[in-house]
Amino acid sequence: MNIFIYDHTFEGLLTAIHDAMEMKINPDKIVSTKSFQDDLFAIKYNISAEYDKFEEIWKKVKDKTNEQSCQRIFKAYLSENAGIENVIYNYIKLIIETPHNIETDFSNDTVIKLNNLQKKVGREVHRMLMFTRFQKTIDDIYYASFDPKYNVIPLTISHFKNRFADQKWVIFDTRRKYGYYYDLENVREVTIGNQKVNLETGKADKDILHVSEKLFQKLWKSYYDSINIKERKNLKVHMQFLPKRFWKFLPEKDITNKMIAN
Amino acid sequence: MNQNTTNKLKILAGAAKYDVSCASSGSNRPNQGKGLGNASPWGICHSFTEDGRCISLMKLMLTNYCIYDCAYCINRKSNDIPRTTFTVDEVVNLTIEFYRRNYIEGLFLSSGIIKNPDYTMERMVRIAKELRQKHNYNGYIHLKAIPGANDLLHHKAGLFADRLSVNIEIATEPNLKALAPDKNFKSILNPMNTIKNRILENKEERRKFKHSPRFTPAGQSTQLIIGATPDSDKHILTLAGNLYNSNKLKRVYYSGFIPVNDYDKRLPVLKEPPLKRENRLYQADWLFRFYHFNIDEIVNDQHPDLDLEIDPKLSYALRNPWLFPVDINKASYETILRVPGIGVLSAKKIILGRRYGKLTIASLKKIGVVLKRAQYFITCNELKQPTVNELQPETVRQIMLSHNRPKVQNNRIIHKQLSLF
Repeated sequence: MNIFIYDHTFEGLLTAIHDAMEMKINPDKIVSTKSFQDDLFAIKYNISAEYDKFEEIWKKVKDKTNEQSCQRIFKAYLSENAGIENVIYNYIKLIIETPHNIETDFSNDTVIKLNNLQKKVGREVHRMLMFTRFQKTIDDIYYASFDPKYNVIPLTISHFKNRFADQKWVIFDTRRKYGYYYDLENVREVTIGNQKVNLETGKADKDILHVSEKLFQKLWKSYYDSINIKERKNLKVHMQFLPKRFWKFLPEKDITNKMIAN
Repeated sequence: MNQNTTNKLKILAGAAKYDVSCASSGSNRPNQGKGLGNASPWGICHSFTEDGRCISLMKLMLTNYCIYDCAYCINRKSNDIPRTTFTVDEVVNLTIEFYRRNYIEGLFLSSGIIKNPDYTMERMVRIAKELRQKHNYNGYIHLKAIPGANDLLHHKAGLFADRLSVNIEIATEPNLKALAPDKNFKSILNPMNTIKNRILENKEERRKFKHSPRFTPAGQSTQLIIGATPDSDKHILTLAGNLYNSNKLKRVYYSGFIPVNDYDKRLPVLKEPPLKRENRLYQADWLFRFYHFNIDEIVNDQHPDLDLEIDPKLSYALRNPWLFPVDINKASYETILRVPGIGVLSAKKIILGRRYGKLTIASLKKIGVVLKRAQYFITCNELKQPTVNELQPETVRQIMLSHNRPKVQNNRIIHKQLSLF
């Protein structure tokens, strides 16, 4: 059995795929150093990212397909699904080695698998655009936390930067403990050592909130309650569209806010 | 912004909730020069209420005072309810502050008629103008066009709004006149046509001058109330079809009637709003807009109403069994679209996928085809299965209905058996 162990970066994964294809070895498993469990009888290859090799593979894929196609591969990678590395290996090999473009070959298992995974990641990106909620702080920074299933914050940055171009904001991933800060010019990666923010619920402390913040949360909550039509109650659909895991970030669904509104 | 605003918000959001339009899609208004917001072309929902509807736009009435007395409307002048009016500043502030917190995708502003149509429309336009010009706001704005207001005001509104809409509410004119004596089709269709013509002119202008300002880039929509009058689905869908074809509407919304004024004897007594019918109408609307169906294939003189038990596409297939089975590996895109259980995406994937080799049942499943329904209407590169023609349409219908039946029944039977011991 051949196991390729890469350094837990996307560049590293493509480097591993490059090496496997060059050596003409079929990797039974490609795993990252983080999830590798030793196997006595396997032949192991340790790979760390080499930028030239990454570029070479990436360019080959791009030439055969297009920019969007590369985005799809990257999105599928962000799914962090067990075995995603081998799906990507099979997909890239298929793209490079088949004379025609196989992107839309929906009779092929690998193509379908990769597409389904990237679709899942795409949905999570969209959920972030839907359910991210900013809280205005005393220093006029809009703060939001999120707990995305997949590592998708990087894919949402350009949306928030375009939309909220005239306000400073921070979006923080509570699961992966990192976030991004926009300072009206650039977006940069940050970590938060501040005790003023509850990393579990994403709530900022009362004393760092802008004086008007609670009022607008309350106004939003009363809007949310008034727009509901009782005669049409349909909790099944409600839960399907607004899964419970997001509730803690939403002022309109949060129980502590409910008490304030009353 | 204080307690007073909160109360106004409760009243005027509550007054606007029966308008179902919430789409925030179809516009493309990029953020200009570091302002606030951009209207994304695909639209984003930001929350969902317990009735399962999405919140994308903040839906408000500018006021719920109204000089009209329409039987189906909660805000009719003869109703004794708390009335109030927002100031321009209040609406502008709420929109900006909610938008900045990512609560909403934009503003939907409707209004009761105060004083006269022009006065009302003028204030609505002022709000949109202030958002665009004073706050450099590029998010979505949906304004109601007030029937009877001056054409110039509609022109102005269209420069600031992404979408304009005029609600028809009742699908046939005699019934509309019976319930809303102050309205008639002409007064509603007039602004609709003005806006349509202005949109067409604007398209022409933009072809010549790239930078001429856009006029309602997301087009117009309207709403029809379902079940307040005895109009058949054929009436409703034929009107909708005409509105899409000749008035170039982007959307027609269907709103199941909720008896808000149950004292009015002109209105029917309903146990619950006709939600199933509303759902079937939306499905029929989709067949027309995305599945290349004609309205008279869905509803006609023999079948003036939609089947409430099964969806209109399945219903069409069972009425026309001789068109099936369809060969997945050979049939045209339009033909495949007509198969129950195959949606637009699956149909496109089938067309793309079969270029590389014959598709099988297994690959259809992975593509996302609902085989539970589709299996009786297709053949593909495999052993023949009984289709709608061998089984007879009535049998297929029964099989489909048995899928939908709740499984509670079975549990009850088991429960009975257990209690014997």
